[in-house]
Amino acid sequence: MKNLINDLFGKKNRARTISFLMVIFAYILIEVLTKSIRMSRLFTSLLVPTCCYIILGLSLNLVVGFSGELSLGHAGFMAIGAFTAVCVSGLTSSVITNETLRLMLAVFVGGILSGLFGLIISVPVLKLSGDYLAIVTLAFGQIIKSLITNIYLGFDADSMQFSFVTNELNLNNGKMLLSGPMGATDTAKISNFTSGFVLILITLFIIYSLIDSRYGRAIMAARDNRIAAESIGINISRTKTLAFAISAVLAGLAGALYALNYSTLQPAKFDFNTSILVLVYVVFGGLGNINGTIVATTVLYILPELLRFLKDYRMLIYAIVLIVVMEITNSEKMKQFFDKGKNSIFKKGEDA
Amino acid sequence: MSRPVLEVSNLGIDFGGLTAVNNLNLEVNEHEIVGLIGPNGAGKTTVFNMLTKVYEPSRGKILLDGKDIEKMNTVEVNKAGVARTFQNIRLFANLSVIDNVKAGMNNHCVYSVFDTLLHTRKRNDSEKAINEKAEELLKIFNLYENRNITASSLPYGAQRRLEIARALATEPKVLLLDEPAAGMNPQETDELMNTIRFVRDKFNICILLIEHDMSLVMNICERIYVLNYGTLLAKGSPDEIKNDERVIKAYLGD
Ligand SMILES: Nc1ncnc2c1ncn2[C@@H]1O[C@H](COP(=O)(O)OP(=O)(O)OP(=O)(O)O)[C@@H](O)[C@H]1O
Ligand SMILES: [Mg+2]
Repeated sequence: MKNLINDLFGKKNRARTISFLMVIFAYILIEVLTKSIRMSRLFTSLLVPTCCYIILGLSLNLVVGFSGELSLGHAGFMAIGAFTAVCVSGLTSSVITNETLRLMLAVFVGGILSGLFGLIISVPVLKLSGDYLAIVTLAFGQIIKSLITNIYLGFDADSMQFSFVTNELNLNNGKMLLSGPMGATDTAKISNFTSGFVLILITLFIIYSLIDSRYGRAIMAARDNRIAAESIGINISRTKTLAFAISAVLAGLAGALYALNYSTLQPAKFDFNTSILVLVYVVFGGLGNINGTIVATTVLYILPELLRFLKDYRMLIYAIVLIVVMEITNSEKMKQFFDKGKNSIFKKGEDA
Repeated sequence: MSRPVLEVSNLGIDFGGLTAVNNLNLEVNEHEIVGLIGPNGAGKTTVFNMLTKVYEPSRGKILLDGKDIEKMNTVEVNKAGVARTFQNIRLFANLSVIDNVKAGMNNHCVYSVFDTLLHTRKRNDSEKAINEKAEELLKIFNLYENRNITASSLPYGAQRRLEIARALATEPKVLLLDEPAAGMNPQETDELMNTIRFVRDKFNICILLIEHDMSLVMNICERIYVLNYGTLLAKGSPDEIKNDERVIKAYLGD
């Protein structure tokens, strides 16, 4: 028993335990609330997207916080996951009638495909040292968005048809999956809050497993000191590529979950602004801080929605809140407050 | 005489017009502790950087266990058996003390990404084994009590010791120490000397060390090379070096 408590709440694993407890507690609370009293539609409609952005934030923190690289195109991976999921779900809707099963398949394929893209773009880039990843991911995000904006994809009983120029596909009583700039127009809404909750748990499990392994140590070592990491035999590019590919998988999962929550979804949704938005969540939550990412994403995603009643002043107030929070978290007084705990450990270290 | 582990011949490097090291011949034999000394800017650290391929030598040959390392990069040189510390400490500042050492064992605890995600037996056994090994190393360097604090919050002397522990974690054949006693007080330096001898015997390695603290160098080095303006000024036993006219004039003073 004592062992278990140590394992869960010992210094090393405390953050992990808090993450899981926090997410599980929030889930139960929200489930109870929505089942017992009528929550507003606004509130319930925010649940799944919030889950998606939390996963996305965690995914981006793996790259920016843990591996110390900058990605400005995570919306691109989200888009790949999203539209892959739309296609998979659309194509299999008559075969797999169980919605949960179909959602699992769509999310899985979306994540894998996004991961493959992550691998393909990061392998050559991460061979170079320097901030090339930021530039390449920035371009990648734009290219993916433009590509999807131009894809017309449909299927009928006999064939699958694809065009890059026209929406005049020769479908015989078939169904359009992707309609260029209109994106997905008739998706079955099979995502739900519970699946979002489960995906967050899976994401947390993946990230915590990774961090507490030889790979995690290599990723953080390469971030902290490149030359020293090489001098102890750590292959920097392989290490960073792994982090990036796993991050891309997670972003793909998030995108898939997101897409299947709406009946229509336009590629324009996954633009540069979305990439930056998630980066803001990560920076606010703290680089390499998982619980921070979860809290910051939740607050910063929901806040603008709650401020809708302010109408035109909404973004103004949002910006002011951001600045105030930034001031508070960076003020010397607050830092001293948070450092108190650290200092006591430091003193103990010197005595020994 | 015993077998040479590290053999350097005719080694040289130019930075633009500046020849930082030239025509260096040096060897480190099995079980030996060898010193590399010389005035500031003589090129000592540059030699280490060439031995670990942080810099690509312009001329010469480096043999490790008789094998030419010409085609290797820094990572491969470490895998082949060369580990080092840095004059300007380069720890993984945000990792805990023990994780710094475990990072050094990355190539000696091999399990796959799938083992990682599925928490397989292989992963758990591996982690347990390196945890034990890391704790043992930390005990040798008197860092065990501090194993869970972040490396950057260690006092200076302890950071230097942690760098040595991390280098040893890679299970090298040759250990290169760049001014290991810099910033240490006399008592810490004394302890460090004992520790260096101890790990040499325990792990059966040879050591090449750069140091300005002459009491340490004369005490633990069996042979010494003196570098001046990038070229070899003298080599020999501590007694020979202490009494060498040229060395006294260029470096030791009276
Ligand atoms: N990357 C570099 N580019 C240009 N010059 C360099 C570079 N690295 C080293 N040098 C030069 O090579 C010479 C030798 O430097 P090095 O750092 O090896 O000296 P050192 O013997 O280690 O000195 P110290 O005892 O002060 O550490 C110096 O003149 C230095 O300026
Ligand atoms: Mg030096």
